[in-house]
Amino acid sequence: MIAEGGLAALWLAAALSLLQLFLGAAALRPGGETLLRIVRPVAVAQGVLAAVAFLALIWLFLRTDLSVELVAANSHSAKPWLYKFAGAWGNHEGSMLLWITILAVAGAAVALLERRLRQDTLIATLAAQAAIGLGFYVFLLFASNPFTRLSPTPVEGNGLNPLLQDPGLAFHPPTLYFGYVGISIAFSFAVGALVTRDVGPAFARAMRPWVLAAWIFLTLGITAGSYWAYYELGWGGWWFWDPVENASLMPWLAATALLHSVTVLATRDGLRAWTVMLAVVAFSMSMIGTFLVRSGILTSVHAFAVDPQRGAFILVLLLFYIGGALALFGLRIGTVKEGSRFDFVSREGALVVNNLLLSAILGIVFVGTLYPLAVEAVTGEKLSVGPPYFNSAAGPIALLLVTVMGMGALLRWRRDDLGALVRRIAVPILICAAALLLVVLLAPGIGVLPLLGLTLAAGVGAASLAPLWKRNLRRTPLFIWGMVVAHFGIAVSLAGMASESAFTRETLVAAQPGQVMNVGPWSVRFAGVEPVAGPNWTAIEARLTARRGGGGSFELRPQARMFSSPPTPTSEAAIATVWNGQLYVAIGEPDEQGRWQLRLWWKPWVTLIWLGGGLVALGGLLALIGRLRREHRIPARTEEAIA
Amino acid sequence: MKRRLILWAPLIVFALFVVVVAVGLYAPADRAIQSQLIGQPVPEFALAPALPGRPGLSSSDFRRGEPRVVNIFASWCIPCRAEAPQLAELERRGVPIDGIAVRDRPQDLLAFLAAWGDPFRTIGADNDRRVQLELGSAGVPETFVIDGNGIIRHQHIGAINPQDVPAIIAAYEAAR
Repeated sequence: MIAEGGLAALWLAAALSLLQLFLGAAALRPGGETLLRIVRPVAVAQGVLAAVAFLALIWLFLRTDLSVELVAANSHSAKPWLYKFAGAWGNHEGSMLLWITILAVAGAAVALLERRLRQDTLIATLAAQAAIGLGFYVFLLFASNPFTRLSPTPVEGNGLNPLLQDPGLAFHPPTLYFGYVGISIAFSFAVGALVTRDVGPAFARAMRPWVLAAWIFLTLGITAGSYWAYYELGWGGWWFWDPVENASLMPWLAATALLHSVTVLATRDGLRAWTVMLAVVAFSMSMIGTFLVRSGILTSVHAFAVDPQRGAFILVLLLFYIGGALALFGLRIGTVKEGSRFDFVSREGALVVNNLLLSAILGIVFVGTLYPLAVEAVTGEKLSVGPPYFNSAAGPIALLLVTVMGMGALLRWRRDDLGALVRRIAVPILICAAALLLVVLLAPGIGVLPLLGLTLAAGVGAASLAPLWKRNLRRTPLFIWGMVVAHFGIAVSLAGMASESAFTRETLVAAQPGQVMNVGPWSVRFAGVEPVAGPNWTAIEARLTARRGGGGSFELRPQARMFSSPPTPTSEAAIATVWNGQLYVAIGEPDEQGRWQLRLWWKPWVTLIWLGGGLVALGGLLALIGRLRREHRIPARTEEAIA
Repeated sequence: MKRRLILWAPLIVFALFVVVVAVGLYAPADRAIQSQLIGQPVPEFALAPALPGRPGLSSSDFRRGEPRVVNIFASWCIPCRAEAPQLAELERRGVPIDGIAVRDRPQDLLAFLAAWGDPFRTIGADNDRRVQLELGSAGVPETFVIDGNGIIRHQHIGAINPQDVPAIIAAYEAAR
């Protein structure tokens, strides 16, 4: 009954999205404003029904109801409950249901909470959100039904991909999806504003918190995903330029650009067309990413369903939504009045440069991800684009971007003077120079990019704190704190990346028990292996003792696991975190003489990469709270003034 | 007019994207990948000797008129041990084998050769994996057959199993 209930909720939600779309269209005609009172509750009901369908699926997974095809194919009664729970979205149908649920819930949140947007624009926004939802409901109901029953009921399920059986990964997809799909609100806002020709500061102020919220989730999701790949895949790397990683990075790049351009629009009424374009592009990148992953068109570790029929279905949806929005943009944006102008040397100018550089990186990632497809379509040749392309093409631009970021926050709005800027960044420049000298002296011979990275991280770290100088810290608005923390987080993360690439030490050995290996400042003794067992896996666990200099020692226990259902080997790296980095050990295969293949890495300061990512998200959160509190206070004051 | 065109540029880019992926979606799903370097000359490189007393390996060695087999291996690589008997078999049949040792140390290498046999005429030390990557090899072991003009004729990915030996000998004979 639960499965049928979930399916019924899904059908009802689909019907409501159709109703919402029609009501929205009708409300836009003259005299239709009264319909808004109906559109809001319909949007909320649609969100609730989608959430009910999703909860029904989770319930089925928790009970391991094997009469449902999806559960039988992806779960197993012997799985720990956390992975039964997470298994609900660890497959194609379930993850699409989560996708649509977030879309509908986001729409419901707009209907409930949004009070600043002009009424007609709000109706058009909700109609656009319903239109997106409708297509994906149809996709789910006709091409990916998660509630299909199976007859006869199998005795046992197939189990979840063991790579996904990790607490970090259980919550990585939902976090990422909140950002990925949450950014749909910016898309719908943009479409709504194009329909009603309402692109201006008020529109930007209304859109900003939604963009911020989605961006925070995206940032967290990408950071967590990167850490997961680092410790679970056992390759010692933290970013692989895998198509699916790129699919999550592209919306983040567009959303980051949008976040900054929306501020220009809200504060200075500039960059009107550009902001609308970015809002459309950000969610388009999410949809394109979903398409690339779900169609399995790009070979990737993440592709669990390869089905050209489903791919074609999503492609048609993309044609409607992205094509439609871009066509609307081409038709309408010419009629939107040009925003106000500004000098190049100004906060706006720096933000424009930021936007252009972010877009350039987005272009590089987009081209690199799709290039293999394009070449295969034209010449039939197969090739893949690897990290050397992405690093050498995007790396220098990213460094330039970080530099501009350090200066931009110190510029005044509208017009500033270069001399004044130089005086303001004198201290960061000195710190930069000192860092350069220090790195060249202490670590000669590291690559150019890591050297620049370390130097810039020091200078930009200082520059990003500079907006707080000479301010009364207690009276500094929260959103300024948010900007400072986020920018500082970027510098921290950059320091971690540069340090990881410059100073990582690696040792590969076939080790006999009792052997001592050296990696960086560490000496590691391999004591031997022993078998261990978990709830649904067995493993060979190596025991190693690590010691640095005369310091105390600690134990490391990397595992080579074998999951029982389905039988799959995975590698669990052992990672020891100390204050200035991580010692990372993975165990490989044995040989006939009882030696084990061991990989050891010493990665100084690598933790800064994710710490920085967390700071960026925290900065976003502070900015969001700051903006909401201020918005809350201003209308209250105006009302008081009227009273 | 120019401004107009810019406004439509995103749509045009998107249309291109749709065409490309639509072709990709319905292209035959042949995921087998052939090396891009087959038929290409060996990239230029010069590797220092990995062991004292034995020559290193450079790309000019491949232009002396006789075909050669290059085996990319490492002492820390377990599958390399599994393919050692097959390499010995190739050497016994008169196939000259050159080695490229990836990220290795002389003492480990000596122990490896002592334990698993030493079919190599020369061994070059590829300490930063640069030559391995330039040859289009993603992992160890990998084996290439190169003709007397320095053109790559055959690539074998992974360990050479006993049933793979005839194919490599055939490629070697064909390259003569």
